[in-house]
Amino acid sequence: MFKSLFSKLFLFFCVLVSLVFSGCGTNETQNKAVNTITIWHWMTDRQPAFYELAKRYETNTGVKVNFELYAPSDAYSQKVRAAAQGATLPDIFGILGEKRDFSSFIKAGHILDLTPYMEENQGKWKEEFFAKALAVNEFSEGNSYSIKTGIYGVPIDVMAIQMVYNKDLFKELGLDPQNPPKTLEEFLVIGNKIKKANMQGLVSGWGEMWMIDCLANNYAFNIMGKDKVLATIRGDASYNDPDWIKVFNIFKEMRDSGVLASGIVTMVNKTAEQLFANGKAVFAFNGSWCVNVYKGMNPELNYAAMLPPQASDKYPMSIWGGAGSSFLVNARSKNKEEAVKFLRWMTEKEQQSYLAESTKNLPANKNSLKDIPAILAQFANSVEIATHPSVWGISEFPAVIEAFDKGIQSIIIKEKTPEQVAADVQKIKERELAKKKK
Amino acid sequence: MKLKSILENYVFVLPAVIIFSIFYIIPFIWVFQLGLYEWDGIMPTKIFVGFDNFKEIIFQDKIWWQSMLNAGFITAIALTFQNSLAFLLALACDREIRLKNFYRVIFFIPPVLSEVVVGLVWQWILDGHYGLLNNWLAKVGLAHLAKNWLSDPGTALITVSLVHCWKGFGWGFLILLAGLQTIPRELYEAARVDGANAWDSFKNVTIPLMIPVIILVAILTILGTMQAFVLIIAMTGGGPAYHTQVPVLRILASMRGSSRFGYACAQGISFGVVLMAISFIQYRFSKSSKA
Amino acid sequence: MKTSLYYKTKNSATNILIHLLLLSVAVTCIYPLLWMVSSSLKTQEMIFRDTSLIPKVAHFENYYLAWQEGGFGRYFLNSIMYTVLVVVGIIIVASMAAYAFSRFSFPGKNLLFYTFMAAMMIPVPGSFVPLYVLLNKLHLRNTSLGYILCMINVGLSTSIFLLKTFFDKMPKELEDAARIDGCTKFGIWWHVALPLAKPVLAVVVVFNALNVWNEYILALVIFDSKQLMPLQVALMTFQGEFITRYPLLMAGLTIAALPIILAYLFMQKYIVKGVTQGAVVG
Repeated sequence: MFKSLFSKLFLFFCVLVSLVFSGCGTNETQNKAVNTITIWHWMTDRQPAFYELAKRYETNTGVKVNFELYAPSDAYSQKVRAAAQGATLPDIFGILGEKRDFSSFIKAGHILDLTPYMEENQGKWKEEFFAKALAVNEFSEGNSYSIKTGIYGVPIDVMAIQMVYNKDLFKELGLDPQNPPKTLEEFLVIGNKIKKANMQGLVSGWGEMWMIDCLANNYAFNIMGKDKVLATIRGDASYNDPDWIKVFNIFKEMRDSGVLASGIVTMVNKTAEQLFANGKAVFAFNGSWCVNVYKGMNPELNYAAMLPPQASDKYPMSIWGGAGSSFLVNARSKNKEEAVKFLRWMTEKEQQSYLAESTKNLPANKNSLKDIPAILAQFANSVEIATHPSVWGISEFPAVIEAFDKGIQSIIIKEKTPEQVAADVQKIKERELAKKKK
Repeated sequence: MKLKSILENYVFVLPAVIIFSIFYIIPFIWVFQLGLYEWDGIMPTKIFVGFDNFKEIIFQDKIWWQSMLNAGFITAIALTFQNSLAFLLALACDREIRLKNFYRVIFFIPPVLSEVVVGLVWQWILDGHYGLLNNWLAKVGLAHLAKNWLSDPGTALITVSLVHCWKGFGWGFLILLAGLQTIPRELYEAARVDGANAWDSFKNVTIPLMIPVIILVAILTILGTMQAFVLIIAMTGGGPAYHTQVPVLRILASMRGSSRFGYACAQGISFGVVLMAISFIQYRFSKSSKA
Repeated sequence: MKTSLYYKTKNSATNILIHLLLLSVAVTCIYPLLWMVSSSLKTQEMIFRDTSLIPKVAHFENYYLAWQEGGFGRYFLNSIMYTVLVVVGIIIVASMAAYAFSRFSFPGKNLLFYTFMAAMMIPVPGSFVPLYVLLNKLHLRNTSLGYILCMINVGLSTSIFLLKTFFDKMPKELEDAARIDGCTKFGIWWHVALPLAKPVLAVVVVFNALNVWNEYILALVIFDSKQLMPLQVALMTFQGEFITRYPLLMAGLTIAALPIILAYLFMQKYIVKGVTQGAVVG
């Protein structure tokens, strides 16, 4: 009796043990080859293009490049953070997070300082990039993260977040498809027309808070200028200031005019993209990656890009843009030099053109702009005037950002007034400032 | 002899204890003590803050308690609506009706379906402008009832709760049906002979014998629903403006959005304490009702 | 129940109402499944434009594409292997422990049991990080064994809870008889208790199979080599960073749903008998 049970359990453990060895084997082979670079990324849409680049590089140099995909981006982040703790990061990887997280990784010694490579030969590598793209990966003089000045990452593409509008729906509304609204007032008037026609106006992933943050911030720059916004973040100005109330008020006005699509407050960006692609929305607030998305869902879509309509002419309208995705080199990697070499090759004009063409994203190399589709070119023009939180040298407290974005959601669903939201946000700001002083 | 016997007993629990100690206890201790630190999950240094995180959770984090209330609401709906529906369906299927086995399989499809599909389909059905539900309401002349189910602050939470019920009732249905099928028919015969009508038999025979099963389903429902979050992310992302925020989402936000790993751990522990308290009350309740 | 309510069944109005209720709920349950299958046969462009359940052109090749591009062959086998091994592992480990908690007495028994119970209630956020570091130190990180052990732990508490409750309700006569016949404790457990527990074991099987089959985050974090990944991770490749390839995703999800539905169909006969006799808790 006991014998047969024992033998069954023994068999079970034999199976498990054999699995251990099969698993171990794969692990070892990966570590042995020094002529292999491992890259962890999350960009599902670009895996085929990356694969192709890896093949070309191996043909050219004999160095094997392993692009390993871990999706979706949330899961990728977890994996990178766990690997950081276990000191098993790959040769090249990316960080999906804010400048703060970036600085923490640097402080923890995970990221190679690329400044010497960028600066050598009179900054040859550095000059190839759009300044804005590089800025996202740079820590400048006197940054609030206490990171030594320098460049720590390599952008592989560039993006800009703007508005797009559906030309066919414009015609239906009796509007001139060559003439998108330039001021907020024109925009709101169109909103009234949309409401009357029972159509859907602006769609955007405002269920994902950062998109609200982006547009609100764009208007903040437009209304009070960059300096005052940064002063507020530093704590030198208050969110109760009338200029901020104006920013919050914009969302109230948009809500009342009917220009916002119903359900925008809980929309994820993918849903917004799907609605716009299928011609069910007049406007969309989205990034340059949308060109590829819309093409996949509806190649016949007749649309164009535009800047968000200005609310004030005191300061220029701003948009967010800069590096789309960036790769970093593991400072503890045994293949550091090879990794840097590969990234240099990958951001060369030819490779960037190939990437731009096959993935319909804007290249990070300014010399690769020639053959991009027209609609994408409209986004490219905006990169010059773009800004991005990662380049301001200072970050707002996450709790404040959350209150800010959720507050705007409350305004849109008519639960709070702009003044109330401003007061809420300022209260949390003061609480966080007090905590920091302790 | 006695010692050998006791040692044998330990051998039975040994594998479970070993695995549990390594893969649960050790991570748990690590997480537990992290609640006393302020850490972003990456930096090599952590800042010891003692009980500050817990103080912040209890006294300052209004959103945390809002999320607890929301989870409580969803759980309450689950305990009432979901389990009543499961019970009704189980009662209906308990008879010798045709297609009983068919229903048994169909009703278990929602739990088996991937959350991706469930989130997508329901989002599409409930969409304010293009959704099936509003379309259908208009067709039957109830167009004025059409709403933005998932984005309207008044309906978001209850809508999310109902979709959760839809996904979860399959388990309850199965367990309750099984429970019903063990009640001996003779008891009903005897009751009928005594002049009882359908309602009386239900009250005096069915319910008393089903109480243990009902309580089991209740415990599993509470534990499961309080910790729900995947569907909510897919449908509303916790919005609009915190209306469908739940505790696990807050923990994730602390970990990823605010990079406050220590705070997230403290939230996890607070949550665990609340769940244990609820379970303890449930347990006491079930013990006293059996007596 | 059957007898007395049979009377009411003769009332056709009630009968119709009951069937109406059952059917309407059944329709809502089936609809997403049908939508999933129907979407898997459409193209990316048609998926949100053509809202009918029956696609005009059925693109069966989506299944082939999903299988090829997702590398399903290997991942499918991996998922099956993990599910089977974890389920078998849990059945052995949890039933031994549950049996001991139910039938034996030893110092610390109650404390141990309540610790397992408490684990059901306390979520451990970010447990991926300590698990990762732990597995790394044990050299089990990028291995099947490490993953399997982790997943066994995940289902352990609930399974022990269910099994112990069943064992508590089980009559002891057969076990006593076996002991008198000279059976060892292990023998009684293997030859008497487990066979009697088949029904509740079926519940444990379905419950854990569902959990392991649908798991992907832990696998993604602790596995580096593609050879070891389970099916759910492969499915994620259709959910792009910006573009979700819906038809392929739906095809993949349909393929992924089949084994678990089959497992349920197979086990559900036992479950109805089993949950009856014992997970009925006090």
